[in-house]
Amino acid sequence: MYEQISSNVRKSWAMIAIFVVFVVLLGYIFGELTQFGYAGVIIALVVAITMSWTSYYYSDRIVLTMSRARPVKKEEFPYLYNVVEGLAIAADIPTPKMYVIEDTAPNAFATGRDPEHSAIVVTTGLLEKLNRVELEGVIAHEMSHIKNYDIRFATLVVVMVGSVTLLSDWLLRSFWWGGGRRRNEDRGEINVILMVVGLILAILAPLIAQLMRLALSRQREFLADASGAMLTRYPEGLAGALEKLAADREPLEVANKATAHLYIVNPLKNLKGSVNNLFNTHPPMEERVKKLKEMAFEAN
Amino acid sequence: MSLVWVVLLILFVVIVLSVIATYNRLITLRNRIDNAWAQISVQLKRRYDLIPNLVETVKGYAAHEKEVFEKVTKARTQAIQAGNIKEQASAENMLTQTLKSLFAVAEAYPELKANQNFMMLQEELAGTESKIAYARQFYNDTVMRFHTLIQSFPSNVVASIFGFKERDYFEIEETSRESVEVKF
Repeated sequence: MYEQISSNVRKSWAMIAIFVVFVVLLGYIFGELTQFGYAGVIIALVVAITMSWTSYYYSDRIVLTMSRARPVKKEEFPYLYNVVEGLAIAADIPTPKMYVIEDTAPNAFATGRDPEHSAIVVTTGLLEKLNRVELEGVIAHEMSHIKNYDIRFATLVVVMVGSVTLLSDWLLRSFWWGGGRRRNEDRGEINVILMVVGLILAILAPLIAQLMRLALSRQREFLADASGAMLTRYPEGLAGALEKLAADREPLEVANKATAHLYIVNPLKNLKGSVNNLFNTHPPMEERVKKLKEMAFEAN
Repeated sequence: MSLVWVVLLILFVVIVLSVIATYNRLITLRNRIDNAWAQISVQLKRRYDLIPNLVETVKGYAAHEKEVFEKVTKARTQAIQAGNIKEQASAENMLTQTLKSLFAVAEAYPELKANQNFMMLQEELAGTESKIAYARQFYNDTVMRFHTLIQSFPSNVVASIFGFKERDYFEIEETSRESVEVKF
């Protein structure tokens, strides 16, 4: 478990580093192709650092706003509060802040940057449709994401994948209006090479970023299922909850492609199929439930 | 000659460092156990505070069930006065049993079950009970890790030199998860 934590902390920093390098590279190509020169690199560096900074400190707020989550008081949902407080004791972390999304589709996610700055978000549908042991299972799953520092990584990814996509798009557009111009004749060849590299980067980067994100988050779900079950000492609770959530076909309106991987089950309820597997944010539900039931069997 | 001394010196430094590391781990775990016990105490106190309110509310609807009220009150007093961890555990088991009979009484009074105050108290009590269970789980896990360190080689040597003693587990009858659920 502790190895998992340090590996997640490391991965978060690596992610930021790759992101900064990538943006600077894009900026360089951008600068060379248009007549900005090194100003392109400087602009890109400023953009990259500002974006990393914002996503490190504010990504949780961005995600919460994007999902239209509102904070709740204990008087409003004492039931939810008691469950979250209890599991925070079991996990030995400070009680996370609690938010709800007004939506009948049952789902939940966690966000923040470390256990001291974390939030658990549930939909009102989740509170209505699950019983206490099932809700405990779901909250324990989210609590594990918080304890493992998955939240920092997953939330950073939301902002960064979004930014990479945006910047690549920006570069592609710049070819239209900037790429045709040449500063002088002898730089023509370099320009062609830069243009090809830039084009490849701009097209592939968002795709690779997306696939990386999906593969990582699938792995993480299994891990959080297992450590969540350890926390409640009752894998059947989470298994039951997952079955109920899978059976519910209602899509969650406030979720989108950028935030889908945060949720405990895919909120978009997309189609099944082998091509889709590559683009799935979550491991297949049958497999998750099966693993949990095996754990329950071993425990008895 | 000098090579031997260098080797001995390195060995000595390694041993001293590992003794320090082990000692610090023991201290960390022992403090964590104390802290976990304090967590349990907070939740237990919360439960003691809720019980008189609950009894009063039920009395308002079922005044003649005197025997149950007396049992609950007595069990509460005993739990508050419990001295060590073992006494505390058995007193808590007793209290849990009497509370169950109190809720069984409430089942017979539909008006009471619908009472807002009663519902709130019931939720608070159920929440507190699950918090006690989780705090206990964390306490026992930490005690287990502490014991593993005290008993296994070579940390047991360090533990015995500095006089680290084993702690009591906090054992309460395992109530099945389903019975928690029924309270809703």
